[in-house]
Amino acid sequence: MGQRYFGEPIRRTEDIRLTTGQGHYLDDIGAGQPVLEAAFLRSPHANARIRSIDIADALDVEGVRAIYLYEDLAGPVAEPLPVLIPHPALTAPRTPYALAKDRVHHVGQAVAMVVAENRYLAEDAAERIVVDYEVLPAVASLDMARAAERHAHDDVPDNISAHLLQTVGDLDAGFAKATHTLEFDLHVERSASTPLEGKGVYAKWDADDSSLRVYSSTQASTSVRAAIAAKLEIPLLKVEVIAPDVGGGFGVKIAHPWPEEIMVPFAAIRLGQPVKWAEDRREHFISASHERGQDHHVRVGFDDNGVVTALDVLFYHDNGAFTPYGIINPIITSTQLLGPYKPGAYRVDFYSMYTNTVQVTPYRGAGRPQGVFVMERTMDKIAQALGRDRAEVRAANFIQPDEFPYDQGLIFQDGRPLIYDSGNYPHQLTMLKDMIGWDSMGERRADAASRGKLLGVGMACYVEGTGVGPYEGAHVHIQTDGTVDVATGLTSQGQGHQTMLAQITADELGVPFEKIRVVTGDTRRFGYAVGTFASRTAVMSGSAVALAARAAKAKALRVAANALECNENDLEIVDGVVQMKGAPDTKIDLGTVAVLSNPLRYAFDKAAQAATQFQGVDDFDKPPVAEDDEPGLEGKDYYSPPRSTFASGMHAAVVEIDPETFDIHIDKYYVVHDCGRLVNPMIVAGQVHGGVAQGIGGALYEKMEYDEDGQLQNASFMDFLMPYVTEIPQKELGQLELGHQETPSPLNPIGVKGAGEAGVIPVSALIASAIEDAVGFPVDSMPISPNDLYRLHERFAAGELPHVERYAASPSAATRARRGAATRTKKSADTSS
Amino acid sequence: MTTSVTPGTAVPGETRRVVELTVNGVHRSAEVDVRRTLADFLRHDLALTGTHVGCEHGVCGACTVLLDGLPVRSCLLFAATVSGHSITTIEGLGQLQPDGTTKVSPVQQAFRDCHALQCGFCTPGMLTTITAGLAENPHPTAQQAVDMISGNLCRCTGYQNIVEAVLRAAELMENPDAPLPDEGFTADEHAKGDA
Repeated sequence: MGQRYFGEPIRRTEDIRLTTGQGHYLDDIGAGQPVLEAAFLRSPHANARIRSIDIADALDVEGVRAIYLYEDLAGPVAEPLPVLIPHPALTAPRTPYALAKDRVHHVGQAVAMVVAENRYLAEDAAERIVVDYEVLPAVASLDMARAAERHAHDDVPDNISAHLLQTVGDLDAGFAKATHTLEFDLHVERSASTPLEGKGVYAKWDADDSSLRVYSSTQASTSVRAAIAAKLEIPLLKVEVIAPDVGGGFGVKIAHPWPEEIMVPFAAIRLGQPVKWAEDRREHFISASHERGQDHHVRVGFDDNGVVTALDVLFYHDNGAFTPYGIINPIITSTQLLGPYKPGAYRVDFYSMYTNTVQVTPYRGAGRPQGVFVMERTMDKIAQALGRDRAEVRAANFIQPDEFPYDQGLIFQDGRPLIYDSGNYPHQLTMLKDMIGWDSMGERRADAASRGKLLGVGMACYVEGTGVGPYEGAHVHIQTDGTVDVATGLTSQGQGHQTMLAQITADELGVPFEKIRVVTGDTRRFGYAVGTFASRTAVMSGSAVALAARAAKAKALRVAANALECNENDLEIVDGVVQMKGAPDTKIDLGTVAVLSNPLRYAFDKAAQAATQFQGVDDFDKPPVAEDDEPGLEGKDYYSPPRSTFASGMHAAVVEIDPETFDIHIDKYYVVHDCGRLVNPMIVAGQVHGGVAQGIGGALYEKMEYDEDGQLQNASFMDFLMPYVTEIPQKELGQLELGHQETPSPLNPIGVKGAGEAGVIPVSALIASAIEDAVGFPVDSMPISPNDLYRLHERFAAGELPHVERYAASPSAATRARRGAATRTKKSADTSS
Repeated sequence: MTTSVTPGTAVPGETRRVVELTVNGVHRSAEVDVRRTLADFLRHDLALTGTHVGCEHGVCGACTVLLDGLPVRSCLLFAATVSGHSITTIEGLGQLQPDGTTKVSPVQQAFRDCHALQCGFCTPGMLTTITAGLAENPHPTAQQAVDMISGNLCRCTGYQNIVEAVLRAAELMENPDAPLPDEGFTADEHAKGDA
């Protein structure tokens, strides 16, 4: 065997270009060349009718080439943008027009497009467009949406886009069986993906060829291509869409087609010149998607051991002004809320609500952070009610390792049964408790107290459905020089796919890693794909690449066996050479096999001579290319899983609160993570690192602040507090530790589960738990700032909030039973059962 | 007046000024619109697209370049104001050579060694900032490494491996052959509860 790459921390091939300034991001395309640039005039109002638009002054600006309004659109491009994921429960879907028709539904909605010689001039002109608006009252929050006194859309009077009720088991029987019940509200605010590179589109129309090339900073180039072809009525094969280097996605770039993805090619075709639009930071805040805003009401029944017998959750999801991505986020919340647990019965009822705010589509985690917040806060409250250790209550509810595959009885976001493939939650909990020293925090608490600080510990568990279908495909092409080209259709935003997929290919083919080139997100190279979301690349494209490489290898062995006059089963490929097992001197280079696989008439180079027609043929009765075979050394295959894989993890943190300033400091952060087999542990660790940082942003700092008129008050990096290094616990300072457990997925050929989103998912839940542990009163709304915490403290001091006690692990089962009995007596007065 | 203009050259209505400066050791002379930012000038006029623009209000730091060796936000400077100065961008730190090998600086090498970048968008600003930081303090502690990058935003890495890369770069400046760091997980458990 040659070197194995799968499982090794191989340094990334991407980094060679990205550390030398040789990347090609969207706004780099066409640099130094004559490219027209676009600016969009966006609505300054959250809810308004457009009475008229006057562009006369704007047209006077030198260098302006065109201004487009809705009235310039006709045919499919004048129809609303698509509802990408329809669902029977989404009864009132609404999507915007590429340019606002006669109505705007949020601040930032595109109203007019200006194309000019450069962006400066385009913005000059956009400022001179006069729009007469009739301003209407805005629905600026979930509370306002539920009150339904104002309407985000005139024809949706209750502001409800979708309502879905799901039930598993007998809820009434579950509550009847419960010896305790609790009822409470939990709240999560809006944040957003906020990649450092905003969106952007470049389009170039080739009039001679009637073809369109589009670059978009997207997570779904094949689907953007299909949408452009449909909207602009161009044959699909005349449209190419390429995702260049993308400066981060985190979900926001999976939504598509954005108005700009339609309008930039529209303008490029009409003007016969390349047109580019690169989103600026304010545009990103007010016109790219947000996520996370949800209000939850929970009723839970449980027994004396903390085992949940019934869980009843009602929640309201803020979907913003439009529903292009359907109800995927609330569906994920409602299904992934269950985490590693198995409640006796579960009912989840959600309403997806319109507000006059930026649309909501998935942001890393996509509804899971909210679901985990609900479930984990519920576990903490059960522990509190019973006077038990929080870890013990969780353990009492875990799905056990011998219960896989475990059917949760729900339908997941891919329309398929929510069946967990594999995992080991009890062992994960043991690992986590060992790492943090969960059962021996006394000394650390005392130390913090001696410094005048309040120390708190929290934990949270999650299960993440990853690698959702329907499919991805891959193409592996062995060239005559022995190099290998690999293509898959989904896109990359920094996850190291180029490296990770090359590792898989190298092992499957037996070719050195350095000989492999990987391309993603280029419809010229692979036309069928779904996209990059739901932590699916390693599972979906990783598996497809493995299968395609196996197909290419099978053909290589067949062609080589013919050349070496032996049985293909006796051959192996080592370091790019096909050789006889046990007799490696009988060998042929893979490149030569590629030459032989393509019978030629013309020798275009020296290597090709070997495959031309007068070089000797072994069997004149056989055609040069066998029936049902094809020339060339290629393999193509698709991976389409029966259902998702389920990664899992548990995080814990130690926080210190300053009782004077209410400053919240994360002292230590611990992660245990299970995404099955690791293709590249360095890359997986990096994904977890970044996820944790985004989670901490969402827990402590990041919040979209809308005023009551629907104006986003903090649409800049000055005001939206994305964490710097100083806000994130650092491994180099001994503040962060990662552990990995490996339960391979039985569902795919390489045993992997997704890793992309994991880090972000449990963070708000465990930070709330840790703060609560430190301060001794409930934390039921996230994010939480020092100001928020101070206000909670004031309410607590005024007797408006209950005291949260701290309970250590039970020394023995007997004590546990006593405590349980005592708590039942004590709590029976303040619970509803 | 004609509307037929060449982008980046003479657009009527804009006030233009000649700037002369040194960029990555090369003398450059160009006529620019007075409101053109240094970032746009570098990226769109000189096609040095390694410098990235992440916020255009001086907070994210992706556009950081070195002005006479010191880090500045190129989105907050007008190109016309840096005439006579020397600018270093990521392209000036080290480059891919024609023979396919790379001749890169210790900071660039450290970023590769430590997986200190994911999407790579903040990377140019990090590299220039750290280059200047290590010139000032070639032996930073971990806390000083944190401080060194505390004005730059990264959305991908949680800064973990960037801090490590600062320390690694310092190590490479001392010893170019220092062994690669381990990467991955501190605690590792395999195949528990195999399905």
